[in-house]
Amino acid sequence: MSATQYKAGSNLEKILSEGKFAVTGECGPPKSADGTVIEEKAKILKGFVDAVNITDNQTAVVRVCSMASGIQAQQNGLEAIMQMTCRDRNRLAMQADILGASVLGIKNILCLTGDHMSFGNHPEAKGVHDLDAINLIKMYKDMRDEKKLQCGDEMDVAPALYIGCAENPFGDPFEFRALRLKKKVEAGADFMQTQCIFNIPKFKKWMEEVRAIGLHKEIKILAGLTPLKGVGAAKYMKNFVPGMDVPQEIVDRMASVEKGPPAQAEGKKLAVEMIKEIAEIEGVAGVHLMAVEWEIAVPEIVEMAGLLPRPAVA
Amino acid sequence: MITAERKPFDEIYAMTEGHDKVLVAGCDTCVAVCLTGGEKEAEILAAELRIKAKQDGRDVQIEHTAAIRQCEWEYLDAIAAKVEEHPLVLSLACGIGIQSMAEKFAPRLVMPAVNTNMLGMPQEHAVWLERCGACGECVIGDTAGICPVVRCSKSLMNGPCGGSHDGKCEVTTPEKEDIDCAWALIWDRLKAQGREELMLVNRPPKDWSKSSSGGPRKMVREEAKPV
Repeated sequence: MSATQYKAGSNLEKILSEGKFAVTGECGPPKSADGTVIEEKAKILKGFVDAVNITDNQTAVVRVCSMASGIQAQQNGLEAIMQMTCRDRNRLAMQADILGASVLGIKNILCLTGDHMSFGNHPEAKGVHDLDAINLIKMYKDMRDEKKLQCGDEMDVAPALYIGCAENPFGDPFEFRALRLKKKVEAGADFMQTQCIFNIPKFKKWMEEVRAIGLHKEIKILAGLTPLKGVGAAKYMKNFVPGMDVPQEIVDRMASVEKGPPAQAEGKKLAVEMIKEIAEIEGVAGVHLMAVEWEIAVPEIVEMAGLLPRPAVA
Repeated sequence: MITAERKPFDEIYAMTEGHDKVLVAGCDTCVAVCLTGGEKEAEILAAELRIKAKQDGRDVQIEHTAAIRQCEWEYLDAIAAKVEEHPLVLSLACGIGIQSMAEKFAPRLVMPAVNTNMLGMPQEHAVWLERCGACGECVIGDTAGICPVVRCSKSLMNGPCGGSHDGKCEVTTPEKEDIDCAWALIWDRLKAQGREELMLVNRPPKDWSKSSSGGPRKMVREEAKPV
């Protein structure tokens, strides 16, 4: 495929377009003006993932913005997937920011609704929610493909974007979940990353629904996984993170080993087993590893899963 | 209807500082139905303020009254004489009523004794739920009679976010527990109506200029104006 046929020509787009199994990671920017955090995380992940999500005030907690951190990751040799939530910006800001990000070399964008303000450190903030994630996807697609702003005004230079979205196979109503992905495909999403998967049978059932309406052929699906550092993390995910489905057997398995290094080793082993099982599911184009504040585990997991070296694409 | 909650007593009492004649003004429409600001509640608040002032050794004359509706000029005429005897009025009406009073009796000081909170309905006795955001462009014909603007915590227009779980919204706090996911309700009712295909439609960005984002709104009914 020649470069001109790509929508954005990002590393991620090329790998997925060539049908190679993609690996993406995740970096949360720091909660202060510390310029070393993303640099350090990028050093850990470079060469082990194809691109890295840069979260946008994740869980509604203020951090360095995803655009700045995304650019910083790219300056350190790691391609960014800039996350953008509808919670903190209206349509003017979301268009201005994507134009700016594009000018500065960001090519992958992930369109999200965003966790509610009540979860974060500014629960008294006014939520924006001018657009929803589906509106956001469509707006960026029209900017890229029609050279049009949301209001209809034309622009001279369109941003080259590879547009992503998220979906939670474990959200309710379950029977609407694949249909919601269909809406995002229709709006213009090119790739999708799922919420953390712990319940593989339920994810398989969701993928059946996705395949039944042919969506796996229209969008690149990356299965989200979070390696567990210990039983505490498993319990926290199970009980406190919205939209999470952690089966008891996973909690029990993490509880069966000693805390510290043995639990960490078990967490990595579990993640590798899950990657291998998920990679076999028809329609899964890659994995998205969300090792929250445990980026150091990613290289080993990717290697143990047999996913190295990462493909080099022209 | 419009619902409101009385402000904390200490906050209201502090408003009376430096005044020796105070009128507590109730409104016998919406805020009376939600048991916050009708004539009875005005009488109770006036009594509480009198007791506290007496305890503090203050010589304050505190009376009460109520209008049928504080938000309409003609009903304010009925209480005008009483209002004009008092330099300070503590209004228990909703924000509309308080502003009507402040305008009608300007520059007299009219202070809010309630926090107006929503356009809601009594779901059960003494429980009110928000039902309308007065967004200026009603969509509930397509959403099975359930408003996503105020009943979805993120005002989503295209279905539930990933935080919908067992029919509940991800936003739960000790004060706000047990919130239904509006889109789960919409999905269920649309299915019951055989209209679930409406959930598959990609709705465009909402026109918020018709809401308060467009600036203060004004409605004129030319045909209803006096000739």
